[in-house]
Formats: sequence, C-alpha cells, structure tokens
Amino acid sequence: MAAFLLRRLANYAVLVVLAASLAYLLAAAALTPRANYEGRAPRPPEAVVDAQLTRFNLNDRTPLAERYGTWVAGLARGDFGRTWQGEPVNAELWRRLGVSLRLLVLGAVLGSALGVLAGAYAAVRRGRTADLLVTFLSYLVLAVPVFVLAVLLQIVASRTNQATGLRVFEWVGETTPGASDGPFGALGGLGDRVRHLLLPTATIALAQFALYSRYQRSMMLDVLQADFVRTARAKGLRRRDALLRHGLRTALIPMTTYFAYTSGLLLLGGMFTEKLFGWHGVGEWLIDSVTRGDVNAVAAVNCVAAAAVLLAGMASDVMYGVLDPRVRTGAVA
Amino acid sequence: MRNRRALCGCVLLGLLLSLSIAGPLVSPWGWDDTDFTAFRQGPSARHWFGTTPSGRDVFALTLRGAQKSLLIGVSVAVVSTGLAALFGTVAGFVGGWTDRVLMWGVDLLLVLPSLLVLAVLSPRLGGHWLLLVPLLAAFLWMVTARAVRAMTLSVRERESVLAARFLGVGTPRLIARHIVPQLASLLVVDASVNVSVAVIAESALSFLGIGVRAPDVSLGTLIADGRGAATTYPWPFGCAAGLLVLIVLAVNLLGDGLRDVLDPLSPSRGGGR
Repeated sequence: MAAFLLRRLANYAVLVVLAASLAYLLAAAALTPRANYEGRAPRPPEAVVDAQLTRFNLNDRTPLAERYGTWVAGLARGDFGRTWQGEPVNAELWRRLGVSLRLLVLGAVLGSALGVLAGAYAAVRRGRTADLLVTFLSYLVLAVPVFVLAVLLQIVASRTNQATGLRVFEWVGETTPGASDGPFGALGGLGDRVRHLLLPTATIALAQFALYSRYQRSMMLDVLQADFVRTARAKGLRRRDALLRHGLRTALIPMTTYFAYTSGLLLLGGMFTEKLFGWHGVGEWLIDSVTRGDVNAVAAVNCVAAAAVLLAGMASDVMYGVLDPRVRTGAVA
Repeated sequence: MRNRRALCGCVLLGLLLSLSIAGPLVSPWGWDDTDFTAFRQGPSARHWFGTTPSGRDVFALTLRGAQKSLLIGVSVAVVSTGLAALFGTVAGFVGGWTDRVLMWGVDLLLVLPSLLVLAVLSPRLGGHWLLLVPLLAAFLWMVTARAVRAMTLSVRERESVLAARFLGVGTPRLIARHIVPQLASLLVVDASVNVSVAVIAESALSFLGIGVRAPDVSLGTLIADGRGAATTYPWPFGCAAGLLVLIVLAVNLLGDGLRDVLDPLSPSRGGGR
C-alpha cells in the first residue's frame, strides 16, 4: 500500500509542478498589470511604473524566464510574491482559503453523503416512488448550472423573507456588520453567520447531491444483481445488513474515482457560488485577479487548486485502498 | 425507438431546435431592435416575453442566445469527440512511447485549471464567438480519450483487426477503417454528453463576461444581465435560464437514453426504462 501510494504521489507531484509552472508562464505572458497604472490620473511617469512593477516581479519588460526564476525562488521559500498593489499574496491567500473552505467542505460533505445515501436508497427501491423522485430531482438539478441555481435560491429566499416578514435568509457576504453587537451578543453573531451560510451551502450541496445520487444509483443497481449479495442473504444476513455491508461498500469503490473528478467541478462551482453570494473566497479572487492582471495572485490560486486536485486524487487512492482489500495486498495496482 | 428517455430527449431537443430556428422568423422584433416605447415590461401581445430595461425584445434575444448556445455546444462536442477519437485510438493502437506521452499530456491537461486558461486566452484572441469552439474543445476531450484508448486496447486484438493487419493494411487506415467504426457507439454517446457540458461551459464563460461578448448575445450573457433584477423583474433572467435548463435537460436525456440503447455494458442499464 505504501509503495503504491508513494508511486502515485510522485506521479501527481510532477504533474502539479508542471501545471503550476505552465499556469504561471501563461498568466505572466498574457496578463498586463501595467494597464492598472496607465489608467491612473495623473498618469505616473514610465520610470516609476517600471520600478514599481519590477519590485513586485510583475514587469512585462523583464524577460519571462527571469520572472519565472524569481517566482520559483520565492515559492521555494514559501512566498507567493506580491499583488500589483504590493500586498503580500500569502496573507490574502490564507485568509480567503479559510473563507472558501468553510463554504466548500460543508457543502461537499453534506451533498455527497446525502447523494450517496439517496442514490443507494433509490436503487434498492427501484421503480417505486422514492426512486422516481430521486432520479427526477437529480436530472433536474444536473441540468441547472450553478449560476442559475444560486439566483433561483436567492429569488425563493427573498420571497420567503417577504412572506414571513423576517430575515430568515441572507445572501450577501459572510456576515452582517455589527451582528454580534445585538442583544444576544456573540450568539447573535453566530446565528447571523449560519443564516449567511445556508444558501451558498445549499447551492453547492444540491449540485453535489445530483452528481453523487446519479452515480451511486447506477453503481448500486449493478451490485444488487451480484452473486455475493445473494450469498450474504443466503448465509442468513438480514436484507438491510446484506445491502449495507456488502452492497453499499462494493458500490462505493468505483465512486472513489468520481470523488477526485468531482473535486475539480466543486472548485469551479465554488467560484460561481462565491461570486454570486458575495463571499470573498479564493474563487472570487481568481476571477477578479484575472481581470486586474494580477499575475502572482492568479499563480498562487492556481497552485492551490492544483494541490487540491492532487490531494483529492490521493484521498481517492487511499479510499480505494481502504474499501478494496485487493489494492492493499498488491493483487491489483 | 424503445427507450423512453431517449425519445423524450429527442422530441424536446427537436422542439427547442425548431423554436430557435423558426422563432426569429415569426417574431416581429429582431434581436438587436430596440423599442423606445417599452422599457422593462412584462409579457404582452406586442412583446411575447416582455422587454429588457433597455427596450429590447426578450423573446428575440433569448432565441438568438439559444441558437448561439446550441451551435457552440454541438460544434464543441463534435470537435472534442473527434480529438478524443484521434488521440485515444492512436495511443491505444500504437502503444509504447506514443501512448505514454499522449496519456501524460491528458493527465497534464486534466490538472491544468481550464477556466484560468480560458479566462486568460479568450479575451486575447479577439471577440469572435467561433474562437470559443476550439478553446472549449481543447479542454473537453481528455476523459473520452482515456475511454477510447482503453477500448482500442481490446478492439486491437480482435481477429478482424489482426487479419487486416497481416494483410498489410497501414496504421492510419487500420485506425480509420477498422478501429473507429467499432467504437462508434461509445463516440456517439460521448459526443451527446459533451454537448450538454459544452453548452453549460459556454454559458458559464459568457456569464463571467469572457465568452460571447456584447453586442452579440448568448444565454449566459442574458442570464448575467437579468440576474441583478431577478427578484423583482424575472422575465429576462427566467426566459434565458429556463431555455438553458431545457436544452441541457433534453441533451442529458438523449445522451443517457442513447447510452442505454447502444452500450451493453452501461452502468445505468435498464434504469428508468
């Protein structure tokens, strides 16, 4: 198992380094942070702009190879460089990463867990009302892009707020300023955060739910016909135990591959969700940084995204190993 | 056709196609016309889906957007499935270093954040929407290529292919005449799945302002323009979003139905029939 994981890790690491480098080179070659200065009034002198850009390693007149060298040297010290305004990228990155993770982890865990359960249940109740309901729901949600889903939820939420006369749902930002100064103190602040978290989490969870319930249903349908489930029943296990311990576990194995695949989709969906709900997370930063030509910020987000895909890939390998004993003993691999 | 899902998808898609083609011919308003007597109005006999805040006819705009989305979606799917067929069969059939290099390229492209590349490249290639097709296709072929390669590995050993090889048929001809036809069902299914992916990707890019750009419209730009006022004035947003959802739903139904019919090893076999 260890050797198998190490080999995978080495393979992934090379890919991530290459992908991060390519993305930096692309961003550095194509984006123009200089334009930010040229739009200013009064327009700063050329020499000043040059000096400023060089200081932040953003000068497009420095050869690309030299800039890349500086960037890699900084990265080796764990420094992602500076934004075009001179703030360190690291601090901003960690702050925004926290915001994004709060949103994504909750939504993803909730959505995938519910999706797997609903998919498995639908497969067991194949052809009945529950199955039709889950299938219909997942079809519908899969056809709704995240940026439409988010707006639809906002419309529903604003109608609900109007109907009840309360601010049950919030859909702008992470908190309301001054929420914890109310009569309930810190508790009110927590409640406010939860209310802000509801809709964006629901957006991400719904999208994940649709994907996972679809996959899980078809995997489970295959497994239900399998001989070993019948054997488990024949040796005296109750139907539920046979389905959970033998059926669901086996049906989860192919799902681990999807886990790595959907993590990429999750990052993308998170980007739209952040943008639409006014969360200042990593995804929003990437979109804004591309429009501002902020090369170092773009490269940093990209490094994190590549690392996240790597982690998801590793996690899916580990899960594969845990669920499928043949991988551990090296019979497959 | 015995498959109900495929039939539903086919009919729905047909309706949407004919609507997006015939609609503009029937509509009294062009997509770029402005009615200075009607700003931000609900549906009426004059404007069937209402008007935008700047007085453009929502019906005409939405259908124009749907045309563009469908056109881009189908072209991207065809190009990307073509790429997948080419690289997948070559990697699987030739094997050795060619295979290793190609599959490594696939892995690399999968790790590279496609949205970043698209966001950086698309504004620099000029605004023409046709350029979106190769850009989107370049990031959609990898997973299919893997599947094609895996199937090529097994097809390669079939007697018919071996016989052709020993008769002295060259590699390009072998791939084109003996391998690709045997993968046809996989490719058809995948192309249809890719249509829905491409439609969503195109509208997502346009939504962010880096796909189809003004003055031209696509469903993505219409959704982006309409969403600000969506809670109080839902017509532009609702029509564009509804049409987008219907298109994707139809294509998904068709793709899944086709998979059930054509692919005997389909994981969802029998589902929903």
